[in-house]
Amino acid sequence: MKDSLVIGGVELSSRLFIGTGKYADHHQMKEAITTSESQVVTVALRRVDMDSEADNIVNDIPDHVTLMPNTSGARTADEAIRIARLAKASGMGNWIKIEVISDSKYLLPDNQETVKATEVLAKEGFIVLPYMSPDLMAAKQMEQAGASAIMPLGAPIGSNKGIRMKEMIQIMIDEIKVPIVVDAGIGKPSEAAEAMEMGADAVLVNTAIATADDPINMAHAFNLAVRSGRLGYLSGLGPISKKAHASSPLTGFLG
Amino acid sequence: MSFYTKLKEINTLSFDELFENVTNRDVEKVLKKDRLSEQDFMTLLSPAAENYLEEMAQKSHEITTQHFGKTMQLFLPLYLSDYCVNTCKYCSFSVDNDFPRRRLSMEEIEQEAKIIADMGIKHIILLSGESRMHSSNAYLKESLKVLKKYFSSIGLEIQPLDTEEYQELVDHGIDGLTVYQEVYNEEIYAGIHTKGPKRDFKYRLDTPERGAFAGMRSVNIAALLGLDDWRKESFITGLHAAYLQDNYLETEVGVSFPRIRPNAGDFQPKVDVTDKNLVQALLASRLFLPRSGITISTRETPEFRDQLIPLGVTKMSAASSTVVGGYTEPDATQSQFEISDERSVKEVKELLLAKGYQPVMKDWHILS
Amino acid sequence: MFIQVNGKKDEVPESLHTIADLLSHYGLDKKVVIVEQNGVIIDKTTHSETLLTADDQLEFVHFVGGG
Repeated sequence: MKDSLVIGGVELSSRLFIGTGKYADHHQMKEAITTSESQVVTVALRRVDMDSEADNIVNDIPDHVTLMPNTSGARTADEAIRIARLAKASGMGNWIKIEVISDSKYLLPDNQETVKATEVLAKEGFIVLPYMSPDLMAAKQMEQAGASAIMPLGAPIGSNKGIRMKEMIQIMIDEIKVPIVVDAGIGKPSEAAEAMEMGADAVLVNTAIATADDPINMAHAFNLAVRSGRLGYLSGLGPISKKAHASSPLTGFLG
Repeated sequence: MSFYTKLKEINTLSFDELFENVTNRDVEKVLKKDRLSEQDFMTLLSPAAENYLEEMAQKSHEITTQHFGKTMQLFLPLYLSDYCVNTCKYCSFSVDNDFPRRRLSMEEIEQEAKIIADMGIKHIILLSGESRMHSSNAYLKESLKVLKKYFSSIGLEIQPLDTEEYQELVDHGIDGLTVYQEVYNEEIYAGIHTKGPKRDFKYRLDTPERGAFAGMRSVNIAALLGLDDWRKESFITGLHAAYLQDNYLETEVGVSFPRIRPNAGDFQPKVDVTDKNLVQALLASRLFLPRSGITISTRETPEFRDQLIPLGVTKMSAASSTVVGGYTEPDATQSQFEISDERSVKEVKELLLAKGYQPVMKDWHILS
Repeated sequence: MFIQVNGKKDEVPESLHTIADLLSHYGLDKKVVIVEQNGVIIDKTTHSETLLTADDQLEFVHFVGGG
């Protein structure tokens, strides 16, 4: 069965996006990308530290993988826009994960600023994937502003708490036409499968893989979980029977 | 954007075959689901689903109560004018029907308003035949000045207008729009709407969308059941409502199930729609659209309307007159169609209370 | 000449004419580095055409691990 996800004209056969942060070293990250079979990988943008050997993460990311820089560190739409433009100047593609966070306590995204940044960047030709707090109205605004996919958080970033925002995300899956990628909060492979069973189009996982005892096998486990959850969704989950309750007939008058 | 694109897609389906192929098992599966797909909706409109009307009714009752509580909104139609420029073969107001036409003066409107308001009704719908000259925006705006004194919600059911015209009326106090496509089958539509601007199928189809865009708080659509296969027409009406809900989140989208009634022309329904059919259309629509309003008209008999109350209906009219000036002087002129339920507002309220429903006369009030 | 790189003043040889020259001076030419010159983002394709002048304010940024 052919079941691919198309975002920004790129056809993806893997619905697992992974982050590159928090790995012990580049070698481990590279191996994890391989076992995850992920085709979309996020990176961040930072000033080069002139006093030490420059990091060169891009060399360790396979060529067939789409690079999705994020705008982490941005606290406003303007800052996110600047980071996105910098990322694009690298010549490494035009995907951008918009992440605007001005709350340093819970690290929750600012949906309003995110909508603004989405609008500007989509107009400039970026493939925009905004990271957001699950909210239908904000998601609709992002969709209208030209987002190529929407990435609601499942739980606060790095919390590994699972899909706590389930109802809200389900509504977004049902109502939003562009793909929904559940980002942040997924702590276990079973939770990634749960998101896929709900009908999410993809999931983005970083902390749960990078900080596992064995990140390479964990990346593989997430790969299988996402495929399994997707297949479960496509196969049509059996409905859950509700308790039967007797009440007086409502259609007796029809005879 | 237009629902017309979707309608073209829908028209490529082979409805007869799809409806016939539905099995009992398919229906049972759908009945266990919480959210229905378009295909599930079709399943519930199939002949096979006729075996499950009681199950559908129980579920419909449950989700309607869950979303709306045990309430019923009451409203009345106020006919302003019966001048019409269209020929609709099924309608008594058709331009070809010869009878003395009439349009209410501001004094007469006030008179009608007082009588309706005295019944305790706060929500009304203004109706007219379709004539831009007689029910013009200027006339409507004048009328609204009078009516706003008596009512908290005023809807519109007149000829389709442009977006800007709707915006103007919304600014002057109109908050709802009712426009029936009559029939979604373009060929049949052309055959029964033989004269007048109503012949423009697409303009009419896009009317609810223009209303929603213009800021109407509620938009109500329907197909006139009896003009074509009711299963197919109900399916398309449901999809049209879903399209509007998806694209205009701030608008409350409602559906109605008007069955064609005997009228002054010689046109009679093409397709017989039985009580059972109407119930199935209503139930399937409720299950597909858990949050939409469902209106049941006074075209139906009191006995039948009473039975429909717990099945998913959220709005009904009471003591309706479909005659211009009909509240002031009953039996005045030509009615648009014959009504079957002639009970007073008081009787309807008592009936609702007896059934455990709260009659709602005023749901909101626009502050201006 | 003196220039400012990532907030720090530095003296570089007068023989450096372009952004590309500057990157190889710092050993960054083989790496993916994005340059902002006096607030203007310099596209990678124009590094060897963009001239360097004294007192330029330069920002070098690059990709790092992130989620």
